[in-house]
Amino acid sequence: MPLGGINMTKNIVEARNLRKYFPIKRGFFATLFAKESLVVHAVDNIDLEIKEMEVFGLVGESGCGKTTTGKLLLGLIKPTTGKVFFDGIDIFSLDAEELKQIRQKMQIIFQDPYESLNPRMSIYDLVSEPLRLQKVVETEDEIMDRVVKVMETMGLVPAEQFLYRFPHELSGGQRQRVAIARAFILQPRFIVADEPVSMLDASIRSEVCRLMLQLVKEFNVSYLYITHDIARARYMCDRIAVMYLGKIVEKGPTEEVITRPLHPYTEALLAAVPVPDPTARRTKVIIKGEVPSAIFPPPGCRFHTRCPYAQDICRREEPKLIEVEKGHMVACHFPLRK
Amino acid sequence: MPLLEVRNLKMYYETLHGWVRAVDNINLYLEKGEALGLAGESGCGKTSAMLTILRLLPFNAKVFGGEILFEGEDILKMPEDRFRKEFRWKKISTIFQGAMNALHPTMKIGYQIAEAILAHENVSKKEAYERAGKLLDLVGIGKERLDRYPHELSGGMKQRTMIAMSLACNPKLIIADEPTTALDVIVATQIMKVMTELQKTLNLSLILVTHDLSMISEICDKVAIMYAGKIAEYGDVITVYKSPLHPYTEKLIKAFPSITGKKRELPSIPGFPPDLLSPPPGCRFHTRCPYAQDICRREEPKLIEVEKGHMVACHLVG
Repeated sequence: MPLGGINMTKNIVEARNLRKYFPIKRGFFATLFAKESLVVHAVDNIDLEIKEMEVFGLVGESGCGKTTTGKLLLGLIKPTTGKVFFDGIDIFSLDAEELKQIRQKMQIIFQDPYESLNPRMSIYDLVSEPLRLQKVVETEDEIMDRVVKVMETMGLVPAEQFLYRFPHELSGGQRQRVAIARAFILQPRFIVADEPVSMLDASIRSEVCRLMLQLVKEFNVSYLYITHDIARARYMCDRIAVMYLGKIVEKGPTEEVITRPLHPYTEALLAAVPVPDPTARRTKVIIKGEVPSAIFPPPGCRFHTRCPYAQDICRREEPKLIEVEKGHMVACHFPLRK
Repeated sequence: MPLLEVRNLKMYYETLHGWVRAVDNINLYLEKGEALGLAGESGCGKTSAMLTILRLLPFNAKVFGGEILFEGEDILKMPEDRFRKEFRWKKISTIFQGAMNALHPTMKIGYQIAEAILAHENVSKKEAYERAGKLLDLVGIGKERLDRYPHELSGGMKQRTMIAMSLACNPKLIIADEPTTALDVIVATQIMKVMTELQKTLNLSLILVTHDLSMISEICDKVAIMYAGKIAEYGDVITVYKSPLHPYTEKLIKAFPSITGKKRELPSIPGFPPDLLSPPPGCRFHTRCPYAQDICRREEPKLIEVEKGHMVACHLVG
């Protein structure tokens, strides 16, 4: 497979009209007599495509549907409507056995390495578990070889020193490296990284981020990088999409979106990021209020309740995601510049 | 006289494996109306230091020496009874980490705030509720929400309730431990704004404990950088951020991504903080310091004043 350049445009993952509504459980009588059942609009009609060897960032506040999107792309939950294609294959048309096969190629790194690793399993058991589940390797020797190799790639050197230790004996950074080793041992093509560094200390976050970027080239892997930290997304991602209440409101190349945002929400999000420079304290007024309920999302543009530029049309009509500049899309009736 | 002065404070935890030196000989100063940021990685002892000031330590913690002078009086020496009646909440109060879980889920927020007032002051119930209502107005929730339960409020509103509660008895000093970690950026910025405004209008002193240097740069006047139970650097926010003297401070500041300005390479600090059961000899940062010399491995550097109000503990300075 040619690296970079020519083949960069091929999509590894594609989502079309993806929707996920979670029904709300209510009491017996409420269910009997209610006119309609209530749902949480977690993900509401989104499209996205992730190219080969691309780091695609999904940014937004908690509850906006970022993690649900990640789970949908991996086929961990079924969508209400819509399709997900992995390497051209519709993953929701597969049966359980085929899905298990394809899962070798798609993995996830969770947010909290203090929770995601079983405290009673040794590092060797943890890292080799995917190999055993997928039955891709025959002998114990071969398993050991692959475990040692992947751990050394992750900077857990010498691997022998870590193999028979338990998660509680490692530091946060080392634990996250073990979690990454687990995800990479099956040589995946696509990884969902759900806030992979938010639980780590500031001084080692960059180290783990750099490792993840280095793996893109080594393993030809693509990432969906889910985060609320737009400042760090700037260093990680080729393209980012900003989500608000289940919708993508803006999508484009990272530097484009950050230096020249089109959507008022993106602008507000950027203005809210604190700057580590005491001489540059922000004076700008930020938006008021908090994210409205996803059970009864506001009509029209979902951001209109907090938008400083909202007009009548925003309350009535939902804006479509349109391409304003090449590759830079926005869903707003009045984008900040045209 | 400073409002709060911490002198050579030592506080260790007893564990099965020995003493964990969480706070090892630290010094801090805080003037009235000043905001001090206490920064450091997790496990560096910043929360422990604050719990010592509040005298809220767990049973296995022991203070091994030092003084905490609040308006000139050593709060470590006074009986618990007196501290509880006269200082805690009335002079020093706190906003706990993870405010989401710090509220009692089955009690109305008005009652929870009034309870704090009733416990410390001799006032009628009616008066306490009136004051609780005023406090809710002050933090921007509104007194009509006195009768709400915590689950009816959003994360930002719960955090505002916690701020209102910390103000209940008109304290002089508020210690806020990671007040915005569980919140989203936009809400966190709103909370920070409320805190700065209140601090200015009520002339409060504030200690902000956080690992987030950008937050300190937004609201604090002074900053103390802690590493492995010790203060590495202390000074005016602008001086420390613009011309850091300790290698750790320098690297920590550079490790923070910025949304403004040019995109640059983000350095990280290799290695990880030492185990406080048996901290390394000499300077505790020498195991990760790129400039470490022989002396750093042998001798512990003292916190010295390099220029007025700017202190650093490093052999390579001065």
